[in-house]
Amino acid sequence: MFYRETGQFKTNYTDDMAIFPIRQDRIGIAIILAIALILPFVVSEFVLKTILLPFLALSVAVIGLNILTGYTGLISLGSAGFMGVGAYACYKLTTIFPEVNIIIWIFASGFFAAAVGVFFGLPSLRIKGLYLAVATLAAQFFLQWAFVRIPWLFNYNPSGAIEVPLRTLFGMPITGPTAELEVKYLICLGFVIGMTWLASNLVHGRIGRSWMAVRDMDIAAELMGIKLLNAKLLAFAVSSFFCGVSGALFVFLYLGGAEAGTEFAIRLSFLILFAVIIGGTGSMIGSFFGTAFIVALPTILKFGAPAIGIAITGATAEKIVLMIIGALTIYLLIVEPHGLARLWQIMKQKLRVWPFPY
Amino acid sequence: MMLHVSPTAATTGIAKGEVLLNVENVSLRFGGVKAISDVSFDIVKGEVRAIIGPNGAGKTSMLNCINGFYFPQEGHITYKGVRRQKVRPHEAASSGIARTFQNVALFKGMTTLDNIMTGRTLKMNVGLFWQLLRHGPAMREEIEHRRKVEDIIDFLEIQAIRKIPVGKLPYGLQKRVELGRALAMEPELLLLDEPMAGMNLEEKEDMCRFILDVNQTFGTTIALIEHDMGVVMDLSDRVVVLEYGRKIADGTPDVVKADQKVIDAYLGVAH
Amino acid sequence: MSAVTSSALRPLLSPALMATLKGLGILAAIALAIVLLVHSGAMPKGSIGHKVLAAPFIDMWDLPDLLVQTLWEGLVAGVLYALIALGFVLIFKASGVFNFAQGIMVVFSALTLVGSYEIMTQRMGLPPGTVVAILALMIAIATMFVLAWLVERIVLRPLVNQNEIIMLMATVGLTYFLIGFGEYIFGGNPKVMITAQLGLPVGQTQFNILGGRVNIQHLDVAAAVIASIMIAGLAFFFQYTRIGRALRAVADSHKAALSVGISLNQIWVIVWFTAGVVALVTGIMWGARSDVSFALEIIALKALPVLILGGFTSVPGAIVGGLIIGIGEKMGEGYWGPLFGGGIETWLAYVIALGFLLFRPQGLFGEKIIERI
Repeated sequence: MFYRETGQFKTNYTDDMAIFPIRQDRIGIAIILAIALILPFVVSEFVLKTILLPFLALSVAVIGLNILTGYTGLISLGSAGFMGVGAYACYKLTTIFPEVNIIIWIFASGFFAAAVGVFFGLPSLRIKGLYLAVATLAAQFFLQWAFVRIPWLFNYNPSGAIEVPLRTLFGMPITGPTAELEVKYLICLGFVIGMTWLASNLVHGRIGRSWMAVRDMDIAAELMGIKLLNAKLLAFAVSSFFCGVSGALFVFLYLGGAEAGTEFAIRLSFLILFAVIIGGTGSMIGSFFGTAFIVALPTILKFGAPAIGIAITGATAEKIVLMIIGALTIYLLIVEPHGLARLWQIMKQKLRVWPFPY
Repeated sequence: MMLHVSPTAATTGIAKGEVLLNVENVSLRFGGVKAISDVSFDIVKGEVRAIIGPNGAGKTSMLNCINGFYFPQEGHITYKGVRRQKVRPHEAASSGIARTFQNVALFKGMTTLDNIMTGRTLKMNVGLFWQLLRHGPAMREEIEHRRKVEDIIDFLEIQAIRKIPVGKLPYGLQKRVELGRALAMEPELLLLDEPMAGMNLEEKEDMCRFILDVNQTFGTTIALIEHDMGVVMDLSDRVVVLEYGRKIADGTPDVVKADQKVIDAYLGVAH
Repeated sequence: MSAVTSSALRPLLSPALMATLKGLGILAAIALAIVLLVHSGAMPKGSIGHKVLAAPFIDMWDLPDLLVQTLWEGLVAGVLYALIALGFVLIFKASGVFNFAQGIMVVFSALTLVGSYEIMTQRMGLPPGTVVAILALMIAIATMFVLAWLVERIVLRPLVNQNEIIMLMATVGLTYFLIGFGEYIFGGNPKVMITAQLGLPVGQTQFNILGGRVNIQHLDVAAAVIASIMIAGLAFFFQYTRIGRALRAVADSHKAALSVGISLNQIWVIVWFTAGVVALVTGIMWGARSDVSFALEIIALKALPVLILGGFTSVPGAIVGGLIIGIGEKMGEGYWGPLFGGGIETWLAYVIALGFLLFRPQGLFGEKIIERI
């Protein structure tokens, strides 16, 4: 009824090429943004800390990997490593140049991750598919090793961990232990909105098309004049840039401190890939669905089950949560291999023709 | 027909009727298998040149050599008067060679519009910065090329499927979109690998019309592989016939049709 | 060699052999260059070039017993990597699934073995010893069969014909499930492998050779022997039995195999079960060298570079790749590791594999790929 595009005529190409061509979608996005702005002031501190902050920080990495895997068709299992590069770059930058605002450094740390990503993306020209996926594990393990073995990266801290220093914006603390959760949330939100906008611009233009061409049929793409090496390396660069920013956000605004061996381990890489697949490859909105899924599910299982009267102890809960996550993964893949984004599309299509079945 | 796309306008010094592409003594081997042996022929600017022959004669391999997908071990290919050494496919593309494939090689996950827009890649050059913002020069460029792509869509009469992912389209339409994508490159030399395979009569007639239109309106040179002899004889100016990787005949359709070797190759020889 | 003889020789030398010869030639040239550099004094002692390029080799020359020891340890590790890779290869060939859970299956099967032995001896009061150990072994094998059957039913059948990355994620899901399930049933504490009870040799022998001592664990010898027997057995099974032939058919083309009446589902159960048994053997061997716990998962990840090196579908590739990675890794850690501050074992295997791929993108035993359009 209310989700109809009838009567909305596009009279120029700009309108037709808009990212949300339907008016109702634009209204929907505006409402979601408004809710996102109010959210930190209405939900409990617990939800803010354990769900919303990691959701925002990780969603940037998930969009990044989606650019690589979903749009360009290159599977990477090194995302956590690239996140780590971002986090450590940001830490080094802000301790060497404390006078520059941390927000600039969070953004800049993406460039370091991008450079590392391009280097580890070089094999992608010669190897494809799952072989490449396994090869990217080299990046993951090497970077993880570097974070532990190069003490310069964590400023020779004897514990081997990095602790996020206090940094301010207009006199208000935004990182470090004294920063308000709401402030951190809003900073994160700003990054997420900005980065999503950039990513969405990119995939809708010439560069996005050449990525998808490489994904769908690389031979034909080359015959269109697309240089495979450039397209693939650019995808690695952009993807790692996003991962790097995400890593910096993850450590500076969510964790407040990190040990690379544990935080940026292979399991996080898999979790990010999992979010991309569950959310839907090649879909921006799917990236958010996927991230919500991986962030919220463990928390809900761990804290939600006791709330509805199923008494399980902490240690058992961990194991059962693992089992449920595993089983649910397989179940979701069977039900909808194209991810939650596809379900969303089907729902919108149904809504469009409602109340008729088709 | 008013089209903004004008493939050959002033891009080359080669006039109509001169040799555009010259294949000299080309041989191609895969390990011990000889796919092409010692084949020579030329393609003249503005003509429709057919390459025919039985299955496995090396026709597709020949096209692959021309657009840089395979490197022949012996012989040379001269394009626009320049003898080429080891041309990469994207270099061939930027020198004005476009191509369609025997088994449709479209980007299946992308819409018709995006597929044809991809053909414009080489003509677009606004950099990463503006692409990230999708405003200013990037948007202007996008609209300019969208306009040209819409002309091609009108020309091929595929307006209705503009925003449908090509993977969902029937085969005949996919072939048409693929032609559109090649046209979007504004090629000087268009290689068509069995553009009418698997089509019914009506679709074939449409496709013939498009090919002739492209050749006559834009003066695009066309090299065509086709099995339907009726089509080949009607469309082409000159025909080269391959069998087991060797050239057995070359000339106008009438000459080739009367050639005894060609008749033997197609009908078999009485032993 | 003139052009005529080289082309005449070509049929005699397979491409793989040619490549190996070429590789050896390059290596010899590099070695010669290093020797010349050191002797000419261009690389003085203590310089970085000397440390990286010369000192490790001088160490090897000076202490041959240490070299033999390192090589032997690399060989044993390589055999075990090869076994894990073999499990991957079996499943990938037959079902096109990159089974990330293979590593967990190693741990899970070993855990089932030790866990059921513990339960039988401690809770049910059966006398500890070989009989119960064999019983536990049978339980473990039966568990792997049930697992194979369930995987085929629940995971593979509904997901047939899906994209490879989706299958990979499904096996990652399976991995999480098995970790949770295994810890839930058997507890999360590391367990000791019942090596002696299973009749495997323990202890070690010392050899006095090359002016030093080389330690060889009996278990490692047993591991190498058992692995060799198992690989030979599998090769025989696939080459000469009806099921083996069916399996090779399935590996070539699912559709064609279906059309001649081969049951895909049956083949998948058999293959996953075989991979499960391979995993069990691997688990016993690894478990005997360290504890049985989910920390072994990391070792399973080490088998992945073996796969890029040897190819996902090649059994000989898995074996040779396993040996190259095992030996390369131990040598690298032993002789070059200290230069990097140690611990390079975690990524060295990948670098070795990637280095190989730069020169042979199709892997060790892969055919040169001719792309067609």
